[in-house]
Amino acid sequence: MKVDGALIDRLSNLSKLSFNDAEKDKLIVDMGNILELVEKLNEVNTEGVQPLIYMNEDVNVMREDEIHTYITKAEGLKNAPSKDSDYIKVPKVIQ
Amino acid sequence: MAYTSLSQIQDAIKKTETNIEKLVRNYLSNIETNRDLNAFLEVFEAESIQRAQALDAKFARGEQMGRLFGLVIGLKDNICYKDHKVSASSKILEGFESIYSSTAVERLLSEDAIILGRLNCDEFAMGSSTENSAFGNVLNPIDRTRVPGGSSGGSAAAVKADLCHATLGSDTGGSIRQPASFCDIVGFKPTYGRISRHGLIAYSSSFDQIGPFTKSVEDTKAIYEAIAGRDEFDATTSAKPIHAVHPKKTTYKIAYFPEVLNSEGVSAEVKEACQDFLKKAKEQGHEIVEYSFKYLDYLIPIYYVLTTAEASSNLARFDGVKYGYRSKDANDLEELYVRSRSEGFGPEVKRRIMLGTFVLSAGYYDAYYTKAQKVRRILRDEMSKLLTDCDFLFTPTCPSVPFKFGDKTSNPIEMYFADIFTVLANIVGMPAISLPLYKNAAGLPMGMQLMSHSWEEEKLFDFGMDLMEKIK
Repeated sequence: MKVDGALIDRLSNLSKLSFNDAEKDKLIVDMGNILELVEKLNEVNTEGVQPLIYMNEDVNVMREDEIHTYITKAEGLKNAPSKDSDYIKVPKVIQ
Repeated sequence: MAYTSLSQIQDAIKKTETNIEKLVRNYLSNIETNRDLNAFLEVFEAESIQRAQALDAKFARGEQMGRLFGLVIGLKDNICYKDHKVSASSKILEGFESIYSSTAVERLLSEDAIILGRLNCDEFAMGSSTENSAFGNVLNPIDRTRVPGGSSGGSAAAVKADLCHATLGSDTGGSIRQPASFCDIVGFKPTYGRISRHGLIAYSSSFDQIGPFTKSVEDTKAIYEAIAGRDEFDATTSAKPIHAVHPKKTTYKIAYFPEVLNSEGVSAEVKEACQDFLKKAKEQGHEIVEYSFKYLDYLIPIYYVLTTAEASSNLARFDGVKYGYRSKDANDLEELYVRSRSEGFGPEVKRRIMLGTFVLSAGYYDAYYTKAQKVRRILRDEMSKLLTDCDFLFTPTCPSVPFKFGDKTSNPIEMYFADIFTVLANIVGMPAISLPLYKNAAGLPMGMQLMSHSWEEEKLFDFGMDLMEKIK
C-alpha cells in the first residue's frame, strides 16, 4: 500500500486532525513503513476463519432496565471548557 | 524501612513498630528526594496523611480492618478517582477532574488502601518507554540514563524507588509487564474480563486490562483479589469465581518457543538468562516442552492493526467540546474539533489515530482490520490448545535490558518491537506475569514472563512465588 499526500489528507479529514508539511512528510514515511509491516499478515492463510470480534466468552449478559442517576447536571458540566448554567457552549454553528 | 510485602507492613503495624501515617510520611519523603525521577504527576499529600490518621484511629479502636490496610498505592494517570485530576499524560486532558471513581479504585478504598497520587505514563498509554508523556520523561531508578519502560513507566519506577508500596497500571500490549521487567519488579496482566475497565481511560477496549506492580507475587495476588471480579459497570467482566480451584501441583509442564531463543532481535544476555531459567526449572523437576511457534512475526502486525483501530474510535470523544483542552483560535465548530485535537494530542497518538482510521476506512477494512481479527482467532485457538496441554508458556518479558533515552524514538517500528513477547497475552486475552529473576553483568534487570490459560491466575501466582524463592 502506497501512502501519499492525498491519502494523508483524506485520513486527516476523517480523523479531524491537521498536519503541517513537515509532519505530513514524516507521516508518509512512518505510515508507509508500518503498513508494510502489517501487510505481513497476508502470509497467513485465513480461509474459512471467522474474525474474532468479542474477547469475552459470556453470551447475553442481561441486567434489569432500571433508571439510575449516576451523575448530576453540575457534574456533567464540571469539565466543559465553555458553558453557562445549563449548557455547554460551542462556536456558532449557523451563521 | 522498605518492606517487600504488605503482610510485613501489616505485621509491623500490629506490633506497633510503625503506623500508617508514618508509612505515608516516609513515602512522601522518598518522593521528595527522588523528584528527578518524574514518576508522580501529582501527590495527594494532605488527604493521604488525613486518611492515614483516620485509618490509624480505626485500628486503635480495634475495628476490623480492610484486607489492604497499610497499603499505600499510586495510580497510573489513566485510572479515574472521583474529584481528582486525571490526564492520561496528555495535554488534551490537562486540568480534567474525574466525576466518578473507577471500580478498581472503589475496591481499593473499600479495603482501606491509601491512594497517594497519580503516575506519569505514555500519552494515552501509547508507548514502550514513557517518552511520549506530555509531562516529561520518567527516569529508571536503577540507571537514570535509561528508560523505565512503558507505557506505565511512572508506576514501575515508583515501586522500584519505594515512592509507594505498590501501584496500578494498565496493560494493552505489555504496558505493565515490560516496565516491570525494566524496573526489576513484579508486573501482572490478568485475563481479559477479570478486572473492571470502568473508569480506565480507554485506549484499545478489547486489549486493555488494569493490573498491579509490586515487589512480591504475594502482593500482586492480594491486590488482584481485592479488585478483580464482576462489575455491573463493565459488561465484559466475567462472573467466573476468582479463586477457581485448580489442582495443587509441585511440578508443571512448561512450554517455550525455540524461535524466541534463536531470534536475532533478542539480546545474547536475555537468551542466556532464558537458557538458565529452563535449565533450573528442569532441575527442579518441571517438564520443559519445546513448541515451534510460527506466528512470532505476526504478533506486532495484529496488535497495531487492531489497537490503532480501536484507539481511533475511542479517542474520537476528545473533541474540545464536553471536556478537556479547547483551542482558543477556532471560529467555527469544525475548526474547534480539528484545532483542539491537533494541538491537544502528541505525535504518537496522532500517528495511531491516523493508522486506525486507515484500517477502518472504506476499501481497506476487510484487507486490514478483518484480516487481523481472523489471525487473532487462529492465535487464540492455537494458544488455547497449547495451554490446555501445558501449564505455562515461558518467554523473556523483553528482548533486551532497559535502553537509553532517545535510542528508539526516531523509528516507531523499532520501539514497537520492545513489546514483541508481551503482546501475545493481550491478543489472546490470557493472563501473564513478569518476574524480576535475572540481571546482566552491569546489574540491569531482565524479567521472565509466564503466561497461563484464561482464568488460571491463581496457578500463575503459585508458580510465581515458587520461582521467586528458588530461582531469584
